[in-house]
Amino acid sequence: MKVIEVSNLRKRYNDRFVVDDVSFTVEEGEIFGVLGPNGAGKTTTVECVAGLRTPDSGAVKVLGGLSGEKLKEKLGVQLQSSALPERLKVWEALDLYASFYKVSVDPMALIERVGLADKRNTRYGKLSGGQQQRLSIALALVGNPRVAILDELTTGLDPQARRDTWELIEQIRADGVTIVLVTHFMEEAERLCDRIALIDSGKVVAIDSPEGLISRIDHQQTVRFRVSGRLDDAVLKALPEVSGVHRDGDRIEVTGDGNLLLAITTTLAGAGVVPADLRVEQATLDDAFLALTGKKITNGDAR
Amino acid sequence: MNKMILVEAKLFLREPGALIFAIMLPLGLLLGLGMIPDFQEASPEMGGQRVIDNHLPAMMTILAVVTMALTVLPGTLAAYREAGVLRRMSTTPVSPFRLLVAQLVNNLVIAVIATALLIGLSNLVHGTPLPGSPLAFAGVFLLGTASMFGLGLLIAALAPTAKAAPGVGSILMFPLLFMAGMWIPRELMPDLVRQIGDFLPMAPFAQALRDTWAGNAPQMLHLIVMAATLAVTGGLAARFFRWQ
Repeated sequence: MKVIEVSNLRKRYNDRFVVDDVSFTVEEGEIFGVLGPNGAGKTTTVECVAGLRTPDSGAVKVLGGLSGEKLKEKLGVQLQSSALPERLKVWEALDLYASFYKVSVDPMALIERVGLADKRNTRYGKLSGGQQQRLSIALALVGNPRVAILDELTTGLDPQARRDTWELIEQIRADGVTIVLVTHFMEEAERLCDRIALIDSGKVVAIDSPEGLISRIDHQQTVRFRVSGRLDDAVLKALPEVSGVHRDGDRIEVTGDGNLLLAITTTLAGAGVVPADLRVEQATLDDAFLALTGKKITNGDAR
Repeated sequence: MNKMILVEAKLFLREPGALIFAIMLPLGLLLGLGMIPDFQEASPEMGGQRVIDNHLPAMMTILAVVTMALTVLPGTLAAYREAGVLRRMSTTPVSPFRLLVAQLVNNLVIAVIATALLIGLSNLVHGTPLPGSPLAFAGVFLLGTASMFGLGLLIAALAPTAKAAPGVGSILMFPLLFMAGMWIPRELMPDLVRQIGDFLPMAPFAQALRDTWAGNAPQMLHLIVMAATLAVTGGLAARFFRWQ
């Protein structure tokens, strides 16, 4: 079942289309990633989905066409740069937000769930960045939503806090909440998302599973090793799995796909050559993004 | 709604600086300045009244109200907007408008408490008479306070940053307080200055408080200026207020 349908969405600020003909659908129960560099139009897109902005054209249908208060009852949203009053305590925030919904989950159980049980009497301003994000997620979930939109959730968190947050998201999905995850972290998208909409300059570049996106690149693997004896590159080039061989002194770098590693080691063994420092690198979403857009994302910015 | 008012009240109490300033400063000034012997003597320039009969208490009431209305209220709202508190609320089924209402209720409660303390303690310590027309006094107080809150909301709506909001409020506050008679009683002002003051937001509020404190009816012109201030500032604030 489709819980979100976006078709031909466009939104203009001044004279620039920040969202330019974006279409995608989100299926019930999946984690759907909206991935792209800063300024790609990700946040504007999900703000239109959440009913916080009105699109210039195109259609957004959430949960069969809910809007206004009815939509907000069923859609949990955690936005970037939305804080709480510094002096508000964790339990007060959840208790207050729970009162905004007709149906809500037990705030105390939720505090437990996001791992803030020992911080329930701590003021928002005294929480660490990771704790603030977990409270933020809890606030998005307190209305017992069917869909949760989580925008740039782990930006600014240290690696451990980021991993904890990822685990939390996986638990939430296991409870049956459909999640739209906005991110510029390739690793995050690759680890969490079932499907990803790759967005660049307001347009959808591709929609696919992480594996699907990666498989669109020609050479998906790189094998690196050193050889001590003599080896003719032509032997490797002749292999059907190999797409390129690059040699720098005794270091050899072979790119290709399929069962590349097995093909290479078999050939080397046949030629009586023993490889040293053998390494295999799989292509990542980074490579896919680079191949599809010609840009690299560094700290969220496309270059 | 009740929960929101309660939560906002708790937050107020956790940051008592603003409260202490808004309540204690006017109270301290009233009790302290009221000791000055001249202020306790009937003065011919003041139409035979003593300064502590209604001029000083009314000025301190105004000071308490406008401290809340022009610095605390816009400062809090602009900070909420800047931090994204209002933006977050707009993702829930409850409109951030309710947060604004909760803020107004709390600010009003504090202004009422401050005024009650001023009336009561001034009566006990300096023998200031209680307001002579209590109902009219209460009506003037509510209308005048509402008009000042309107001005405060307009500042919150237009202030570019959270830090700028209370600053803009203070800059507006001092000339308006001057025209209201904070430093020179309106009786002693040149006619032209007093007449200009009649058409500005704060002086009519001050004069109407004094009139009803003395047991007289407020001037119609002053009521009209207060109502007009409320309508204009409230309307503009509603037009220009940004939730994010």
